Amino acid sequence: MLVTSPGHSTKAHQRAIFDRQCAELRQRRRLHTAFGLLLFVALCIGSAVIGKFSPIALIEGAPKLGEYVQRTLPALHWSSLGADLAYWFYGLRKWLDLLLETVLMAYLATLLGSLGALLVCFYGSRNLALNGWSYHLARRASEFFRTIPDLVFALIFVFAFGLGPLAGILAIALHSLGANGKLFAEANENIDMKPVEGLRALGSGWVQTMRFGVMPQVMPNYASYVLWRFEINVRTAAVMGFVGAGGIGMELITAVRSLYYEDISAILILIVVTVGLIDIGCERLRHALIGRETLE
Amino acid sequence: MLVIDGVSRRFDTKTAVANVSLRVERGQFVGIIGRSGAGKSTLLRMINRLVEPTSGQIMFDGIEVTKLRGSDLRAWRARSAMIFQQFNLVPRLDVLTNILLGRIGRHGTLPSLFMRFTDAERAMAVEALDRLDLMAAAFQRAETLSGGQQQRVAIARALMQEPSIVLADEPIASLDPRNAEHVMSSLKAINGENGITILCSLHTLEAARRYCDRIVGMANGKVVFEGTPADLTQAAVHEIYQGEEREGDVSDDVAAPAGWLAPRPEVASAPA
Repeated sequence: MLVTSPGHSTKAHQRAIFDRQCAELRQRRRLHTAFGLLLFVALCIGSAVIGKFSPIALIEGAPKLGEYVQRTLPALHWSSLGADLAYWFYGLRKWLDLLLETVLMAYLATLLGSLGALLVCFYGSRNLALNGWSYHLARRASEFFRTIPDLVFALIFVFAFGLGPLAGILAIALHSLGANGKLFAEANENIDMKPVEGLRALGSGWVQTMRFGVMPQVMPNYASYVLWRFEINVRTAAVMGFVGAGGIGMELITAVRSLYYEDISAILILIVVTVGLIDIGCERLRHALIGRETLE
Repeated sequence: MLVIDGVSRRFDTKTAVANVSLRVERGQFVGIIGRSGAGKSTLLRMINRLVEPTSGQIMFDGIEVTKLRGSDLRAWRARSAMIFQQFNLVPRLDVLTNILLGRIGRHGTLPSLFMRFTDAERAMAVEALDRLDLMAAAFQRAETLSGGQQQRVAIARALMQEPSIVLADEPIASLDPRNAEHVMSSLKAINGENGITILCSLHTLEAARRYCDRIVGMANGKVVFEGTPADLTQAAVHEIYQGEEREGDVSDDVAAPAGWLAPRPEVASAPA
C-alpha cells in the first residue's frame, strides 16, 4: 500500500513500527539459535552415551589397531623384495579375476537399477505424476528399496538363487533403483515446465511428453547420478562376498576369519587401488559432462 | 467453424472466463485484446483443453471439443496448434527436431520414442524451415536462438501439425518490434495462404488493428467488444482497457498447479 499523505508524523510512525518489527525479528532469531544449539549439544551427548563412545576406550584400543595392521603386513627385505612381494601377492591372478567380477557386478547392477529408476522416476515427480495414487506408490517403492540395506537383500537373494554374483547384482540393482529413483525424480521436479506444456498442446501422450519434454532437460543430471552410483556400487560389490553374493568379498572374509593376515592386507590394497581408480575415472567423466554443459 | 457457447472457468473463487460465447468462421484472423488477467490465455487454453472449462461447450466443425477424451483429445490437440508467449520449445533439442515434434501427435508412442519420422515428414520440415527463414539455424539447439527465431521455430512446428486452427497466446509479447512484425506477418501469411483460422491474443491495439479481420475485446473474463478493427472506437477501447478496478490478477491464483495435466498460469504480459 502506498501512503498518499507523506506527512512527517506518519513517517515517524512508520519508522517506529519498522524498528519494533526489527527488534521482534531479532529476538525471535536469537531464540531459535539458542534452542538449536541446545538441541545439538543434547543430541551429541545423548548419542555418545548410548553408543558407548568414550575417549578412554578409544585411547586404550588405538594401539591394538596399529598392532592388527602391523600383523597383516608381511616382512619385506630389500635383498629379496621381488620374491617377498610375489609371496605376499601369491594369489594375485585369482584376486584380479575376482576384482574384475566385482567391477562387472557393479556395472550390471548400476545399469539395471538405473533403468528401473528411469521407469519409476516420472511417476514419482510431483509435477509430472499422473495421479496421487501412482505418485505415492512410486515414491514409497523407491524409498523401500533404498532403506533396506543391500546386504540384507543379498542374503535373501543368496537364499533364493544360491551363492554367487547373481544375488549380489540383484541386491545392488534394487538399492540403486531406490536411490536413483529418488534422485531422478527430484531432477525432474526442477525442470522448466514450458516444453512440457508445449508438447501437450501438440497432442503428445504422457510417455512421449516425458521422452521429449522432460528427458532432454535432465539427461546430464541422470548421467552424473549414474556415474556416482557406479562408484558407490563398486565399493558395495566388494563386500557382497561377505554373505556369499559374489565378488572379492568372499576371499576377504575368508582371510579375516582364518587369520591369514598377509592375505587381508594384500586383498585390501587391491580393493583400495581399484576403487580409487574407478572413483577418479568416474569423477573425470562427470566433470567432463558437467563442464561441457555449463560451457555451452 | 469454431463455436464457443457459454464457456466459463473458475479458479477457486476467481472467475477467469465468465460465460463467453463466440463464433469464429473458417479462415478468419481473430484478435483477442484485453488487459493482463482479462481471461484471454485461459479462453485460448480451453479451446485445446490445456485448461478444462468449468461449464459451457466448445464445438469445432461438428466435434464437441469439450467432450473429447484420451486419444480423441490428443488428435484434436494435434489439429489445433498453439503458439505460446514463451515459445515452449524443447530448449536442448535442435531446431529441426523441435519442428519434427509437430508431428508427434500423429505417431504411436513406441516409434516416436526413437524419433522415427517419415521421409515425407522430413521434407515437410525442410519446407517449413525454409518458409520461416530458419535454414541456417536448423542444427542449432533451440535455446541458443533469439526470441524472434524461437517464435518462428514454434510457428514452423505449428505448420507441421497441418492445423485446422492456430491458437496464438500473446505470440509477440516477449519480442522486440522488428521480430514481432516478422512473427505477425508469418502468422498472417499462414492465414492467407493456407486458409488456417487464427485466434490470437494480443496486448497492443496497434498489432490487433493491423493484422486482424475481427477483434474481440475482453475485460474481467467477459467479452465486452466484438467487431472489425474499424468498429474499435475510442469508447470501445476505453471499455476494454479501463474496466472496473480489480484487486490482483487471476494469474496469481493459478500459479502453483499440481500434476502434469494441471493448467499453466496465464503469463502476465507487458503493460499495454
